[in-house]
Amino acid sequence: MFEQLTERLELVFKKITGRGLLNEKDVKEAMKGIRIALLEADVNYRVVRQFIADVEKRAVGQDLTKSVSPGQQVVKIFNDELVSLLGDKHCPLVESPQPPTVVMMVGLHGSGKTTLSGKLAKLFRNRGKHPLLVAADIHRPAAKKQLEILAKSIDMPFYTNDLNARDICHEAIKHAKEKLYDLVILDTAGRLQIDDELMAELIDIKRKVKPSEVLFVADAMTGQEAVNVASTFNEKIGITGVALTKLDGDARGGAALSIKAVLKVPIKFVGVGEKLDAIEEFHPERMASRILGMGDIVTLVEKAQKTVDFEKAKKLEKKLRKQEFTFEDFLDQLKQVKKMGPLESLLELIPGVGGKLKGLPIDDKALLRIEAIINSMTKQERRNPSIINGSRRKRIARGSGTSVQDINVLLKQFAQMQKMVKKFSKLSFKGFPQGFPI
Amino acid sequence: MMNRFVEGLAKTRNGIFGRIGGLFNKKIDEEFLEILEENLILADVGPGPTASIINVLKENRDDNPFEVLKEEIYKRVNVVSPKDVSREPKPSVIMFVGVNGSGKTTSIGKLAARFINEGKDVILAAADTFRAAATEQLGLWAEKVGAQFIKSVTGADPAAVAFDAIKAGVAKGADYVLIDTAGRLQTRVNLMEELKKIKRVANKAMAGAPHEVWLVLDASIGQNSFSQVELFNRTVGLTGLILAKLDGTSKGGAVVAISDKYELPVKYVGLGENTRDIEVFEPRKFAEAFVKK
Repeated sequence: MFEQLTERLELVFKKITGRGLLNEKDVKEAMKGIRIALLEADVNYRVVRQFIADVEKRAVGQDLTKSVSPGQQVVKIFNDELVSLLGDKHCPLVESPQPPTVVMMVGLHGSGKTTLSGKLAKLFRNRGKHPLLVAADIHRPAAKKQLEILAKSIDMPFYTNDLNARDICHEAIKHAKEKLYDLVILDTAGRLQIDDELMAELIDIKRKVKPSEVLFVADAMTGQEAVNVASTFNEKIGITGVALTKLDGDARGGAALSIKAVLKVPIKFVGVGEKLDAIEEFHPERMASRILGMGDIVTLVEKAQKTVDFEKAKKLEKKLRKQEFTFEDFLDQLKQVKKMGPLESLLELIPGVGGKLKGLPIDDKALLRIEAIINSMTKQERRNPSIINGSRRKRIARGSGTSVQDINVLLKQFAQMQKMVKKFSKLSFKGFPQGFPI
Repeated sequence: MMNRFVEGLAKTRNGIFGRIGGLFNKKIDEEFLEILEENLILADVGPGPTASIINVLKENRDDNPFEVLKEEIYKRVNVVSPKDVSREPKPSVIMFVGVNGSGKTTSIGKLAARFINEGKDVILAAADTFRAAATEQLGLWAEKVGAQFIKSVTGADPAAVAFDAIKAGVAKGADYVLIDTAGRLQTRVNLMEELKKIKRVANKAMAGAPHEVWLVLDASIGQNSFSQVELFNRTVGLTGLILAKLDGTSKGGAVVAISDKYELPVKYVGLGENTRDIEVFEPRKFAEAFVKK
């Protein structure tokens, strides 16, 4: 399913990228595809409707910059909207000016509150805090035991007693003050938002302990109902942040996006694995590409916008058309690509490439070598490689610290590239990203 | 007596299909279809299956939309299971799998209570040796409902626990051996391999075991359910589904598409935290409650 969704989005975007101009119909068609992709990612129906309307409005009649092809611009608009839905920047945990900071974890059954409590404690201990884990789930069998074992496994202070949930929390904070713990994490029982009795328990706890944060813990795999559940929790007890769990699977977490969009409550943490250090602070822009499963094209486009010299790119295009592409132009291209950062990280940003290339060695040095070789050529040689004979090759190899074989390989590849360029120019330049470095 | 299954679903349908109730009296038009689409998607039926249901309604514009819709839902969830637990060998070994927090342990506890109530001998096997206190949690259930309990220590080989439990079941002539496994995300290759091993070893303890492998799905799950069913099915070959936590406001609509696509029957639905809160899944009633005016 995961691949299917990614493929669908890629298909949608493929249709519009590489086009010289986009009309309203193209955009509509793309929006249809995006809509289905979002719904399959569990983004709430109503949020999708609003979202599509927003993207469409911005995309139609957009002054498409010279920088990228219009299709890519649509992708960028799409991502921008997604990020603005998810929040503009990371929101850190709110800390109480007077210790201890009290964080209350709430949510449905099985959303992952207990595990996340442990992860949070560990994260903040690593930052020099002194957390106390408090088990206040008096309902599920062995729930307190679970947190206790968990706490012990990471050598974390733990507190509970046999009172009711509110009094456990109250006593825990007293205990924390005595022992100078400055972060108290309250793990409450999972409950349905329509269970009035249990919701009253939470209200009771909140009133008593006045937490700085009430984190709503949401399972990344939740469907359309996520918004309603979170809304009810928010109405009844007031939540200050969302923590998203089980994001290490192939769930797209569209539910989280919806919660943020509807409640305007920031997503603060995400759980990304079984281990207790598998927790990350939430960054909206990363989540955007995660939901899309499409790499981080935004960063790539931004990098290109920042580093590529568009006047040069235009000249290059002209040269290509006239089949005058030389080693000098090639060197220019190499330098521009290099400016954008290491190859490996660039590839990861490309939709559909990132995951597949993981673990494959990518040799940045190969580029360096090529650069060195070209630098060792005379200007004449660069413009007219056909004059590079045996003795010139030896000289270039010596100058660049490579071997004659390396020179041979590069010359051969360059000849092939020129051939390809010829073919391209015969095919006319439709479907070729305008002004984009090749 | 009010049927608890319908009662549980009552909460589920509130406010959703209630909204289109009024529309059911009129003809099927674009407005109707749009609202219906919204409601089906909000019930987690998914965009693809929703479109196919809408198409059927379009083709039957003159029929009563309420009946057509009900029939479409029913057709999809009414999967005849190839095997039936009631005429199984002794003991009947059922392995429970699912992602973290889907409700495996609670479902097992409640099922055990149900079987014991029917006069059966039940053994619970704590093959979740990973999660902190998972063994204790199942142990408390065993104590509460009066089931025999086979466990090991945290970190022990879960396959060995399953093996011991099945052997004990055979020796004692138990009716059911229910194996609780650790929750795992379906994308974790190593953990999925571990499930394969449990299944393999179970078969060594008793030929044909496990006779059933049930995937426990949280009723609030969205479209990730497909990936779960696909990957768990590929790894251990599922024979049924448990729809847990259907007492919330989620409709469990994901099973409509899943049952249909994978021909997997929903066996039981979980409706709460008490011992009695589990019911046999009834396709007709589910369809009715799902679509209820």
